[in-house]
Order: sequence, then structure tokens, then C-alpha cells
Amino acid sequence: MPGGDAFITETRAACMAAGITLFDVNDFDQGITHVISPELGIVLPGCTLIAPDSHTCTQGALGALAWGIGSSEAEHAMATGTLRVAKPKTMRVVYDGHLRAGVTAKDMILRLIADHKSGGGQGHIVEFAGDAVRALDMEARMTLCNMATEFSAMSGIIAPDDKSFEYLRGRRFAPDPLPDWADLATDDGAFFDRQIRIDANSIEPMVSWGTSPEQSIAISGTVPRNADANALAYMGLAAGQRLANLPVDVAFIGSCTNSRLSDLRRAAALVEGKYKAANVLALVVPGSSAVKRAAEAEGLDRIFTDAGFEWRESGCSLCFYSGGESFPQGSRVISSTNRNFEGRQGPGIRTHIASPEIVAASAIAGRITAP
Amino acid sequence: MTPFAILTSIVAPLPRDNVDTDSIIPSREMRSTGKTGLADGLFAPWRYTDATARTENPDFVLNQPEYRGAQILASGANFGCGSSREHAVWALAEYGIRCIVAESFAPIFYNNCVRNGLAPLVLPRSVIGTLAGGTATVDLARQTVNGYHFSMDADAKMMLLEGVDAIDLTLKYRHAITDWQTKDRATRPWIYLEKRT
Repeated sequence: MPGGDAFITETRAACMAAGITLFDVNDFDQGITHVISPELGIVLPGCTLIAPDSHTCTQGALGALAWGIGSSEAEHAMATGTLRVAKPKTMRVVYDGHLRAGVTAKDMILRLIADHKSGGGQGHIVEFAGDAVRALDMEARMTLCNMATEFSAMSGIIAPDDKSFEYLRGRRFAPDPLPDWADLATDDGAFFDRQIRIDANSIEPMVSWGTSPEQSIAISGTVPRNADANALAYMGLAAGQRLANLPVDVAFIGSCTNSRLSDLRRAAALVEGKYKAANVLALVVPGSSAVKRAAEAEGLDRIFTDAGFEWRESGCSLCFYSGGESFPQGSRVISSTNRNFEGRQGPGIRTHIASPEIVAASAIAGRITAP
Repeated sequence: MTPFAILTSIVAPLPRDNVDTDSIIPSREMRSTGKTGLADGLFAPWRYTDATARTENPDFVLNQPEYRGAQILASGANFGCGSSREHAVWALAEYGIRCIVAESFAPIFYNNCVRNGLAPLVLPRSVIGTLAGGTATVDLARQTVNGYHFSMDADAKMMLLEGVDAIDLTLKYRHAITDWQTKDRATRPWIYLEKRT
């Protein structure tokens, strides 16, 4: 990518000069920040964690206050050990009940953003709570918190519980023994500036139709009648059109939203013994070197390659276009990523965001398909 | 950082919601690690019909003669959403935009504006409609634009008005910070574990 060499060279030199640990390209623990930080036990319950990347909110899944900042704020944090923050308002999003089979954390967050819009979380820290959140495994909780930034919330957070402690125990940077974090939970009767309740049982598999994550619908639904004209024109769709069975050119599984071992396992289960549609380019990119090694140890790479998928080196990959590799001109992409902005995956590329399950099923069918 | 005094400018209308930082400056236009050399890449996907050749799209607002020198941009809800890239603000500032009037801003973008002398003003859609396309005067000290009042966090207002560096401001409290860290180290030693480095 243009400028990439300068970025890496300067980062290496600056880290060396300042004594900062760098997980470099060829490091054993290399990967997407929001994948490796939990993997290594860097993020911990009750800590404040910032990074100059908007998806830092992912790490709120561990019960940390974790949020994305700009370069100037990162400089401020490094120079002073602090940040100047206006106190955010509090919001609790409660998912009552249980998810139906085939419905995932990705669908939970897309449903929230579709119902309450991309700016819905502005000015708030959002606690995700309720039985359906407690039932999620740690990696699914990371998927849920990952897209708090697409809701324009300062961050998302989930109270740590036994699953969190079990997840962290023995990880490289986690304290041993673990401190008692069991009291890091919202008090009964605590006040929230805003509360939203969603019946988890009513959530369907979701897919985006437009150029903002708020422009998402249930896969069984149709593009809204009053859909934004700019978005329709860019996406090559018409109001009232069904998304199911729309032909796709590319299927992409990866990104800080959905590239962890459990994501790859669920996708692999859907493609095992099948083969991708002939005209579809299908890619799987693990979120870290550790995820890649673990997936290969259980043979997931073979399941994907036998099904005609490319199995790539770990990283952010084609979640966004930075001037290097892209998809073929005009491609329609079904993607397990978090952003469907105009040009996000390349000039003119049309991105539909969805769960890894939908991406896997669509790769096989050659069309947008529920698993 | 240049203090934000009274600003009078034509207001360029960009009537869209959810203008994201990938559109303000795509990552392929961020070719250096510095804060400059970015103005040409500002709004590249919309501003050019061919971004490589820099062929202008005459329909894009900043390519229209009356708006070429605009220092104020008017837009919709959730302006600056998406990637945290501060390059979006650096590109706007280098181009000459000093103020954005919008219905709401994404939080990281808002903070990036304040730290680079660019005033983000939140106003209702109806007021933005009356400002867009005309000339507006922003009086930050009085918190008015053409007589309409806007709210702004006191810390953000002070940083913009005085053009002060946030790090200098915070370092005035360095002893309080060190004292707090010493106490915190005793109660939460795992945060400071030597093993973590």
C-alpha cells in the first residue's frame, strides 16, 4: 500500500526509541490489535484502555473501559498517562430472552443499529446486558462490543463474569492468580440515562443493504420503500428489492469483528464437504497468528481450501482498501466486517455486512443466503 | 494551534447524513505519517471523477466557484463517523475548513477537531438549512452562529478559543497524576505488572 513502508519503518524506530513492545509483522503473537490484546490478556476487567483505532471498543467485552481515540489524544495519553474526557452519559441495552438458532452476536448489534440508527449511541457508554448477552461466549461478546463505534457510542462494555475470568486465566500478560473482579458489575437499581430493551428471540439474521451499518435489514426482508437514493445508487439496488438470492462476486470472512477461532469454526461447519459457487472469490483471513495456528491444528484451513476458499495470512486484510490489493472492479461483496461505506473495500465495491455464517452460506450458493 | 476567533465565511452545503472519515479522506490518500500533504485527498471519492488524475467532479460542492474558498461546511447527522483517522481533520484543516456545522458528530472525530483548531458546531437540522449556502458568522466566545445559540463543552471551547495544547494543560496537574498512580499501583498492582512489559 502507498506509504505503508514509511509507516512500518517509522513505527519500528519510534517503538525502539521509546522502549515500547511492538508485535511486528513476523512476531509469533502478530495479529489485529483487538484480537491479540484479549488473546494475550493485555486488556483486563476494570482497566481503562485506549488505542488510536475506532474498534478499540471491542475490548469492552472483557469488562474494561476501552475506547478509540485520534492521534493527538494518543500522544496526550503517552505524554501524561491520562486523557481529558467529558463524562459520557450511560446507556444500557438489554437483550432479553434467547437467540434463535443461526442468530449471532453480529445480528444482535446490527439489529440495534438498524433500529436506533448509526448516531443512536452518541454521547453514551453502552452496557450490553441481559440473558442473551450472558449466554454469549467471550468471542461473541467481542463481536457485540466491536460495533459499538458503528452505533457512535464512546464504547460498549459487558460486566465480567466467570466466563471472562476463565477466558483470561493463564494468558501471557494476565496476572496470576487473577484478582477478584467479581464486583465489577452494575449495582441493582443503578441509574442509566437511557435504556433500550430488545427481545433476543425476535432477532433474525441481518444483512446490510446500503452504505451505512444502520441500513441493515433481516435477511428475509426487503430494502425499505423510503431508502436513501445515494445509497441505492451506489449499491445498485431498488427500493422494495429482496436481498435474499442477490448474486455476490466475493465472500470475505475476517476483520476485528468476526475473525476469531469460534467464527472460523462456525463458518467451516457450513462449508465442510461443499464447494464455493464457480463465480465467487471466497477468502478467509484469521484475526491473528494464534487464531491461524489453532485453526490449522484442527484442520479448518483444509476444510476452507477444499471448499475453494483462499486461506490467508492473519491481519486486517481487505476489510478496507488502502491502495493495494482490492476486489475486481464493481464487485458485490458479502463480508463479515463492520463497515459498508462507499469505497470502504475499494472504489465502487459494494459491501454487504453480515455474520460469518451468512458469508459462508452465500459463498456456497453464489447468492446472499441464510445459513 | 491557531486560536479560534470570530469567523465569517460562505457555508458550503454537504447535505448528507453519516459522512464517514473514509469518504473525507480514503486511506489510499494517506501516503505519509505527517499531518500535511493531505488537502488534495480531501473528499477524493466525491471531489474527483478520476482521483488518480485529479479530474474534478463539477457537481461536488467544493468544486463550485462560490464554495471554493469556503471555511465552513454544513452537513447532516453523525458527521465524521467511522475510522478514527485524524487525517480526516488534518485534510479539512489544510484545505482551509475552520468550522463544521452538523446535526451531530461521531465522538472521535469531534475530539480530533477540537485538538486541531477546527470548530465542530452542533445545531438542529432546521438551522443548518438556513445557514447552508449563505454567509455565516461564528462567534465562539458567545456561542452563536448568525445569532443562533449552540452548546459546547467548556473544555473544548477553551481549547479552541485559546488555541492551547491539551498536553500542556494536563501537565499542570502532573503531581496529582503521579500521586494517583502511586495509590493505584498499591491497589491494582496488576495494571503495572513488570511482567506486562
